[in-house]
Amino acid sequence: MQLTNRSKQVSNKEMTLAEKMYLPAVISGLAITIRHFFRKKPTIQYPEVKKYLGPVYRGHHVLKRDEQGRERCTACGLCAVACPAEAISMVAAERQKGEEHLYREEKYAAVYEVNMVRCIFCGLCEEACPKQAVYLRHDRMVPVFQERDEFVYGKDKLVEKMDDRYIRPANSEVKATPTEPSLTRAAT
Amino acid sequence: MELPVLIAKGLIILVIFGITLLIATYSTYAERKVAAFLQDRIGPNRAGPWGLLQPIADAGKMFFKEDFIPSQASKWLFILGPCLAMLTALMSSAVIPFGDSIRFSWDNVNYNVNLQPIEINIGVLYIFGVVSLGVYGIMVGGWASNNKFSLLGAIRAASQNISYEIALGLSLIAILMMTGSLSLRAIIDEQASFFEWNIFTQPLGFVIFLTCAFAECNRTPFDLPECETELVGGYHTEYSSMKLGFYLFAEYINMFVSSAFISALYFGGFHYPFMDLVNGSLENSLGAVAGHNVATAIGFAVFFAKILFFIFFFMWVRWTLPRFRYDQLMNLGWKTFIPLSILNVVVTGAGLLYDFKYSTWLIATVMIVLAVMSMARAPKRQVVPQ
Ligand code: SF4
Ligand code: SF4
Repeated sequence: MQLTNRSKQVSNKEMTLAEKMYLPAVISGLAITIRHFFRKKPTIQYPEVKKYLGPVYRGHHVLKRDEQGRERCTACGLCAVACPAEAISMVAAERQKGEEHLYREEKYAAVYEVNMVRCIFCGLCEEACPKQAVYLRHDRMVPVFQERDEFVYGKDKLVEKMDDRYIRPANSEVKATPTEPSLTRAAT
Repeated sequence: MELPVLIAKGLIILVIFGITLLIATYSTYAERKVAAFLQDRIGPNRAGPWGLLQPIADAGKMFFKEDFIPSQASKWLFILGPCLAMLTALMSSAVIPFGDSIRFSWDNVNYNVNLQPIEINIGVLYIFGVVSLGVYGIMVGGWASNNKFSLLGAIRAASQNISYEIALGLSLIAILMMTGSLSLRAIIDEQASFFEWNIFTQPLGFVIFLTCAFAECNRTPFDLPECETELVGGYHTEYSSMKLGFYLFAEYINMFVSSAFISALYFGGFHYPFMDLVNGSLENSLGAVAGHNVATAIGFAVFFAKILFFIFFFMWVRWTLPRFRYDQLMNLGWKTFIPLSILNVVVTGAGLLYDFKYSTWLIATVMIVLAVMSMARAPKRQVVPQ
């Protein structure tokens, strides 16, 4: 069975004297490596330099607000159910009178936590959410943390600020998660 | 020895010892950098600017690792092993002439002190003696570990070092014949003019010597004493912390000494082309004493440049060539290098008889011609289409 067209016939032929002397081969090998010595290195110095990983990258979680600044999440728990790593947990609460400008539905998540050590950034929470409330930002990575109490991200780190709203780029080639038109275009 | 000479000697020994240790320390850093660069990586760059503090960080790590001695090991031998390796490595740098001489006057007496820690006229023999003791460090370590794999590694090291030492010595004999002296200084002075550097008069001997020096230092492609796949590590499997550090450090000192030795024996040591002109003009412009000292300093720098190049070369080869198989290693040593070096000695002797220095080019030319002919005659290797 031929898997590639690059296979080479192995030959057991006697080596010629020049090949047996090794030195020419050794010298050509040295020449190859020294060329690499002077080559430009492709390394990216990660924590200092970050690369744009494209519109389909799944990074930092974000809990969306809608146009009027109300939190979209209704604490249905579908994301937590969908999560294979069981990284999401939440506590639901009922919206009180006078809080209509804060939460979009009658029920909201009083506590919403993502455990970043467990999360595998699969994006299933984003797929599961019926309210387009949870997203994985394509443009921001989860920062490196050194302390053990830093890795559970609560609503303070997840809910987006109104002056820093997340916009999934509307790239026709990249089919982002099916979302509300307003979100894909420009969630202003 | 008079007092001023004694003081000067002491200073020289201190400086050279310091430089040796410094270069050996930074070779560990350089090795990682060179490896990275040859593999299109960047290498250590976190500790200090460009990672220059990396050796210190490494040493700190070595110190704080658990110092472990296997319960069934013979304790004292286990400790002695790395010490022996380190000791022999350091001792061998003692007779290398690192430069010409310094002149100074003290109480109206003029002194002329050679830049060489110990001046003995059997320097080459001394180095051979000490270097061949170096294998004891590995042997003792491997034996004392009470681990079959370590022992196998140690035995491989011993047989490799012994078999390559023969070829090493034989290839050197040709040089000794041409110089007529066992003193390293005499050998270097023999190469005062550029075209009499032994690399030009002894091309074959150089190749043999270089390869054997690699084998003596246990550097790739001859690092058979260690092998993760066959020996679960090698002679140092049981070693940890600074004891392992000593072994690794000894390897780098060995590399430094070998590089110094190669540059002294084949590349004219502290001589460089047009040295006479430079020296003459320096002495004219600065006066005899100062001019001579400056010229010595330049020679010293040139020598170290050569050494550094060869250290780089050692690394370059290490990250290019794969390790030999053990039987190939033995075949190469006994069936190729020893006969070739004997041939080299014979041809050099014949050349000396007729007062012709470049006689070994004869063998080199014959070998090149044979190789080219065999290449021309060999049928083209064909890729059979499938
Ligand atoms: S990205 Fe995947 S693992 Fe992470 S929280 Fe969402 S569903 Fe769970
Ligand atoms: S983020 Fe979406 S899926 Fe998760 S609880 Fe809120 S509304 Fe439900």
